[in-house]
Parts: sequence; C-alpha cells; structure tokens
Amino acid sequence: MSNFFNKSDLTRQDADKLVSETLNSCDDGELYLEESKSESILLDDNKIKSSNYSSDLGFGFRAISNEVVAYSYSNEISKDSLKNSSENLKSTLKSIKGTYNHEIPKSNKKFYKDINPIEQKTLDSKLEVLNKVNEFLRKKDGSVKQVTASFAGEQKSIEIIRSGGESLTDVRPLIRFNVSVMLEKNGRKETGVYGIGGRQSYDDYLKNDNWKNVCEEAFRIASVNLESKPAPAGEMKVVLGPGWPAILIHEAIGHGLEGDFNRKKTSAFHNLMGEKVASDGVTIVDDGTIDNRRGSLTIDDEGTPTERTVLIENGILKNFMQDRHNARLMNTRSTGSGRRENYRHIVLPRMRNTMMLSGNQTQDEMIKSVDKGIFAVSFGGGQVDITSGKFVFNCTEAYEINNGKIGSPIKGATLIGDGPSILKEVSMVGNDMMLDPGIGTCGKAGQGVPVGVAQPSILIDKMTVGGTKL
Amino acid sequence: MVKDQEFLKSKASYCLDLAKKMGATDASVTVGHSISETVNFRNKSIEASDRSDGLGLSIETYLGKKRSSISSSNLLDENIKTLIEKCFETTKITPEDEFNSLPDKNLLAKQITSLNLYDETRFENDKKIKYLKDLEESASSDNQIINTESSFTENKSNFILANSDGFCDGYKTSSFTASCVTVAKDENSMERDYEYSSKRHLSDIKQATDLGNKAAKQTIRKLSPKKIGSEKTSIIFDKRISKGMLSAFASAISASAIARGTSFLKDKIDQQVFANSINVIDKPDINKGMGSQHFDSEGVNSNTLQLIENGILKNYLVDTYNGKKLNLESNGRSGGSTNLYFEKGNISFEDLMKKNSRSLYITETIGHGSNLVTGDYSVGATGFLVEDGEFKYPVNEITIAGNFKDMFKNIILANDLEFEYSVNSPTIMIEGMTVAGK
Repeated sequence: MSNFFNKSDLTRQDADKLVSETLNSCDDGELYLEESKSESILLDDNKIKSSNYSSDLGFGFRAISNEVVAYSYSNEISKDSLKNSSENLKSTLKSIKGTYNHEIPKSNKKFYKDINPIEQKTLDSKLEVLNKVNEFLRKKDGSVKQVTASFAGEQKSIEIIRSGGESLTDVRPLIRFNVSVMLEKNGRKETGVYGIGGRQSYDDYLKNDNWKNVCEEAFRIASVNLESKPAPAGEMKVVLGPGWPAILIHEAIGHGLEGDFNRKKTSAFHNLMGEKVASDGVTIVDDGTIDNRRGSLTIDDEGTPTERTVLIENGILKNFMQDRHNARLMNTRSTGSGRRENYRHIVLPRMRNTMMLSGNQTQDEMIKSVDKGIFAVSFGGGQVDITSGKFVFNCTEAYEINNGKIGSPIKGATLIGDGPSILKEVSMVGNDMMLDPGIGTCGKAGQGVPVGVAQPSILIDKMTVGGTKL
Repeated sequence: MVKDQEFLKSKASYCLDLAKKMGATDASVTVGHSISETVNFRNKSIEASDRSDGLGLSIETYLGKKRSSISSSNLLDENIKTLIEKCFETTKITPEDEFNSLPDKNLLAKQITSLNLYDETRFENDKKIKYLKDLEESASSDNQIINTESSFTENKSNFILANSDGFCDGYKTSSFTASCVTVAKDENSMERDYEYSSKRHLSDIKQATDLGNKAAKQTIRKLSPKKIGSEKTSIIFDKRISKGMLSAFASAISASAIARGTSFLKDKIDQQVFANSINVIDKPDINKGMGSQHFDSEGVNSNTLQLIENGILKNYLVDTYNGKKLNLESNGRSGGSTNLYFEKGNISFEDLMKKNSRSLYITETIGHGSNLVTGDYSVGATGFLVEDGEFKYPVNEITIAGNFKDMFKNIILANDLEFEYSVNSPTIMIEGMTVAGK
C-alpha cells in the first residue's frame, strides 16, 4: 500500500482537515490519491522494440453540489497544490450549498491480491518468453511474416479520503499478454491477434507454457482469414460464438444502461425501466466481484464495494449502473460502478464484467436452424451511439452459414444493429457461457478502463452485415 | 501559469547529466507542463468545472545500440534519480538493436521562427460561462432539442526536448476548444449530433451562437431516419468523415507500418495510389496551425512534404528508427503527420451533390472498421439520401464497405477545403461502394 503522506510537506492531518473544510457544505466529493507503476515490453519485427517503465503519482479533488461537479487534479502532492485545488472547487460551487452524505457501504471481501506483477517476474524471463514466441511462430510456418508480442503490467494503489477523515484503500494489479501475427500467402496478408490477462501475476497466466496456446490461437485466426471470401451485405441471421463476442452486449445494451445517460434522458433506454427489452430467457448482469477478472474491483473509484448488478432479468429491464452522483440525483443507490481511468479524470458510471447468462440450447441447434446467415466467432472493437441506440462491432473471425452448415470464412465485416431492439431478436440462448480471455478496454468520454464480458452462444434473427458482396 | 523554459531546461539537463554520469552513451529527455481548465454546461446551466495541472517527463537512455525508456509525472529530484537508475539497469539487459540511435545531428532543427502557436490570453471561467450560456441559448431555441451539453476548454502547454548531442529546444502552445452536443427528439426517434471549434488563438474561435445553431440544425435534420436497402452506390463524405480517411492514409504510410510490412501501401512509392487529380500535402509550418510543429518529437527539422502528387505516392512519414530500417532519412515525422490536407478539387459542393441522380451523403461513421494491412473498410454509418442534389431524408443503421485501394482511386474532391483542424479535407465523393441495409 502506498503512503501518500511521506513524500512532501502534506501530512494526513492537513489533508483530512482541508478535505472536510472543502466538502462540508457540499453534497458529496472526496480526495482521490493514486500511485501507479506500469511497464510495457514489446517485441516486434524480430527485436525487443521497446521496454518502458512508468510511474505516476497524483491526486484528484472532487466536490459535488446539486448537479454541479467541480474537479481539480495535480501530480504534485503538496500542501500548496491541494490548497489551490480546494480554492478552485470552492470558487465553482460558491453559490450552491449541499448536505454531505457520509454514508458509504463497507465490505471486507477482496477480489484480487495486493501484488505488484511487475516485480514478480524478472525482466530477463519476460524477454525470454517474448523471444520464444517469436521463434516459435516463425518456425511454425513459412507464411509467418511478422510477429508482435507484448507484456503490459501495472500496479495501481489508491486511497480515497472523504469528509470527516474516512479513508478507503485498494491495490489493483493488472496484466496483459498479447500476440499478433501477420501471415502472407499468394500475395495476401492477414493478421491474427490473441491475448490473455487479468488481475494476477504473469506466471498465473503463462504457466505450463500457456504462451504457446496464445500463439496457436493468433496463428489460427490469421490462417482462417487468409482463406476468407468477401462478406455478404444485408440483413440476415447471425449466430454469435461464446465469450468475447459478448462485446455486442457491452455496446448494444451496456452503455445505454449507464446511469448518467439515463439521468440526462439521452439514452435510448431512459424510459424503459421495468419494460420488456429482451426475449424471454435473456438475463444480463454486470459483475465486479469475480475473482481476478480484468473488470473486477474490490471497491470502485468512489470507495463503494462492487457488486453483481442485475441489468436485465428474463427480458425485463431491472437496473441501471450507478455511481454516487447519478444515483443521488435519481434517488437510488450506487451499484459500485463509479470508475475513472486515473486521477486526471472525473468519475463516471461504467461497466465492470458484463455478462449474458446461459440458457438451454446448443450452438449446434442454432447453426442447424439457419438457412442463410453468418457465424461470428471473434471480434475487434465496437462502438455505440447512445442516443439513437445504433451500435456496431467488427468481426475478426466469421463464417458463412448455408443450409444449416458452416461454410467458408468471410472477411472482416462490421455488423450494425439497434440496441433497444436487438435483444428482442435473440431467439436462442446457448448453454455454453464463457468469459472472455481478459483483454477488454472500454472507452467513454476519453477515458479507458479495463472491462470484461461473457456470454453463451446466441442466435440473433435479424442483423445487418456490412460486407461488400450483394 | 505554465512553467517557463528555464525550469523545464533545468529538469532536462539534470536528467541528461545523471544519465551520462551513470554511463549512458546517449540519452534524450522531454519535460512538459500543461494546464487546462474546462467548464461544462448542460441545459443552460453549469454542470462541471475541471482544472488540470500536469508535469511530465520521459527519458530514453542508450548504451550503444541498447535502449529503454521511462516516463513519470513525479518530478522530484529523488524520484527522477531512482527512475533513471531503473531505466539504465533495464537498458543494460535489453538486447541490442542496430537501428537504435539518436537522430542524425545534421537533421536536427537549427532555429525556430514564430508560427503563432501560443496565445497568452486568459479566458476566465466567468467568460467561459458567458460563452456557453450564449451557445446553449441558441442551440436550444428549437423545441425539438431536448438536451444540450457543451464545454469550453482552455489549454496552455510548454515543453523542452533535450538530447545528449546538444539539442535543447521547446516552445509554448495554446489551444481553445468549444464544443456542443445536442439531442433532438420527435415521435419516431431521438438523435444526437455535434459541432466544435478548436483554435490556437481565442479570437479565432467560432461565435457561440453560430456553433450552437449549427449543432442544433445538424441534429434536427437527422430526425425520423429510414433504413435503406443494400446496394452499390456513390457515397459523398462530409468533411468531418473525409478527413478521417486522410488520417487512415497517414497511418498506412508511417515508416513503422511500412518497415513492419503491415500496410497495404508498402512498396507503393512512385506508384499510382489515388486518382491522378489528387494531391496530398503535409505542411508543418502553417501560421496558427493546429498540427504545426517547429520540429518533430525527436528534434528533427520538418519541411513541407508532398505525399501524393497527381495520384502518385511520393513520400512516407519517416522517423529516425524506422528510417534507418528502410534506409531513408528521417523527414521529421516521428510524431506522424502535421497539418495534412487534400489540395482542393475543381468541382463545387453543389455540383458534386448533383453529379449522380441518387447518392448517399454520410455525416457520421461508427466502429473501427479500417484494416490498414489489407485496406478493407467497413463501418456503420448515418447520413442522408440525396436525389438530384437535394437531401431527401435521413438514413441510419446501415454500413458502408469497400477497400481503400479502390476507394482512393475513385475519389472526386470538391473545392470546399478549409483549414479548420490539423487534418483537412474538402467534401469527397467515392463511386461504387457497397451499402448494407435492409
């Protein structure tokens, strides 16, 4: 755990006093202190291309009254700097008075260990794995023309000090191991990317030479794409594979259920609470409490313990995801979804691990039921327009389905749909729910935060596939 | 106040001296300071204010051909010392790479002349509030607008780049950005659109009322969209989308993508990649330019580059490391393109709209659908159906797809180029793309 008060002239007593004095007449707010250490090591083009270590230290001071949020941050933790921030907050909120809400739920559950993954594996052994990846893939097949492999590790320590001196802390490890391979055959080039990660040490993910499986998967995706034909264009049936394709849920449904967009009534879901928004059998939760997952958090960035929030239960919209600010304005409670990229950013309600739960059907049944459509196994990124509800995501591995059988692989195409209606088009829910491999980063308002997704195979009756073949 | 050059220089030379003392053969350091203040408005009242004050430094240490780097926001001498020690220890065990080196001394920028990139005007928060009030007043004047959100950000930055070959220079920049997002609603739909203005100098920012009116107008016209059928058609890209295509082009000709072989434009120098009427220029020395620079992120002098001349690819964007790999001299593009633009075409916007009896006008795309290895392009899109030069009705929930190799060769440019951002394009038309809809 970082001690934020042995680095300058600022003592904990000074900080407590200034925080209480600044926030007493506000509705909410806190001093957020953060120290992060991170590394990234990249092998590319047969060489260790870069090895970067970075350390970051700073605070963000937030005061909220009524609907107004004042925020000030600095990377200088000192008496002067905190005082300046305090003045800044007071000047924004001078005419708006509130009553501080001291209540914050407590829990002693922890969903990951206080480790520093960077220090748990020597640089030498990280370099060795990267070199082995390069050698393994290049030896594997003559078509391998480019290999990129990387380690990214981080330890983030945070402390939240609230008015009255209450302090909440968390230490968050996070790692990611990624392999990208480019193949060239008969003048065609295709890439395949695969990665793994979460909130444990590198070796928890790499034991038993697991790096080989990551290489094999990246190679397999690239090989499939080398044989791909132009994708079809138009509306058709789509079978989604389990696991990572759940970014469809994240984009189509998840963002639209974040508290801020619904308080402001700019989400296509804002007036649908309690309504049927999905087919029977569709249940979606956002869960911050799964051990060691990338999107899990012991406490959120406001200090609220995370939870498993049921968003949609058997097709009915049950809950939005809330931070303290939006929850207060909507007369509800925080779901432990208040997150920020780092101390430079304000808190927003965000997703953690967003999951559609299993149903009873098999993937086989789904494919057999489709005359003409596509089977999408893996995706790149996605995006959503919250207001119109339209969302997209990009296939990185997909196949055509003809007469109930999986056919040729098809080129990467964008799929587009309408968030509020897409889940009503789900006609089968598989029994094979799977978590993603731990690689997701969600972007919102310029802030990236680690997230997870999960789903079983599903059959969507109608979606527009953005290929080139009419 | 943003820290002055003397302060940043003293930190930079402290780092260089320390790295040298520890045995680094070369080193390079960037120290920067940036202050920005933002006021956010929603529905005509203040929603948030945000002040940020950030110092940062990054150091690269070399031991012969070995290199590694660190970065930190903690500029206390004690911390810097620990980090440089760690950096140098890492350098020692990092394998050699023959292409690692500081830039060639003769390429470094010598003297810098003013490009007017800094405006010291302080726009107090009270004035930002007044601006945003006016903006939202005009943005919400139509009763179909049900939500407005706007913000004004003022940023002042300063930096020093120094290396062990004696380069030591930097300069202040400023930016002022006003933006507005509006949501409109009718009985069939709810739509969002936006408008923004970002400038080096406060006096160049668009009028608040103009910005608000434009955002509202662009949002209202999107109401009650229809989905159209799948077809091959000609597509007109609004300037805000066509400039994104230029950015994709810039990424595909970065020396790093070329050296790695992961670009569809590899080995295309002196070959036709755009229609032969097309010229693409990257000009780093535009007065007050949003992408202007006196030198690149390695200190290398940058001159105007004609990237595409009559449709033919003439230059990559080259930095030191990848340049050495490709046997090319750095052209001062280690940070990518600077002020990038298509030279304007010969046909007016109106004539472009009338060129075909039916076309699709795209105002927004979503998704990350550009594959720079293969050139494949497929994105979600929103826009309007155009018939006989007129907007007929809004269209959404469609995708548009093609391949950059074909798209670039079929581009027709309008003559409505303006220099608003760091990447600028006139309105463009591309024929023969696939639309997927119903």
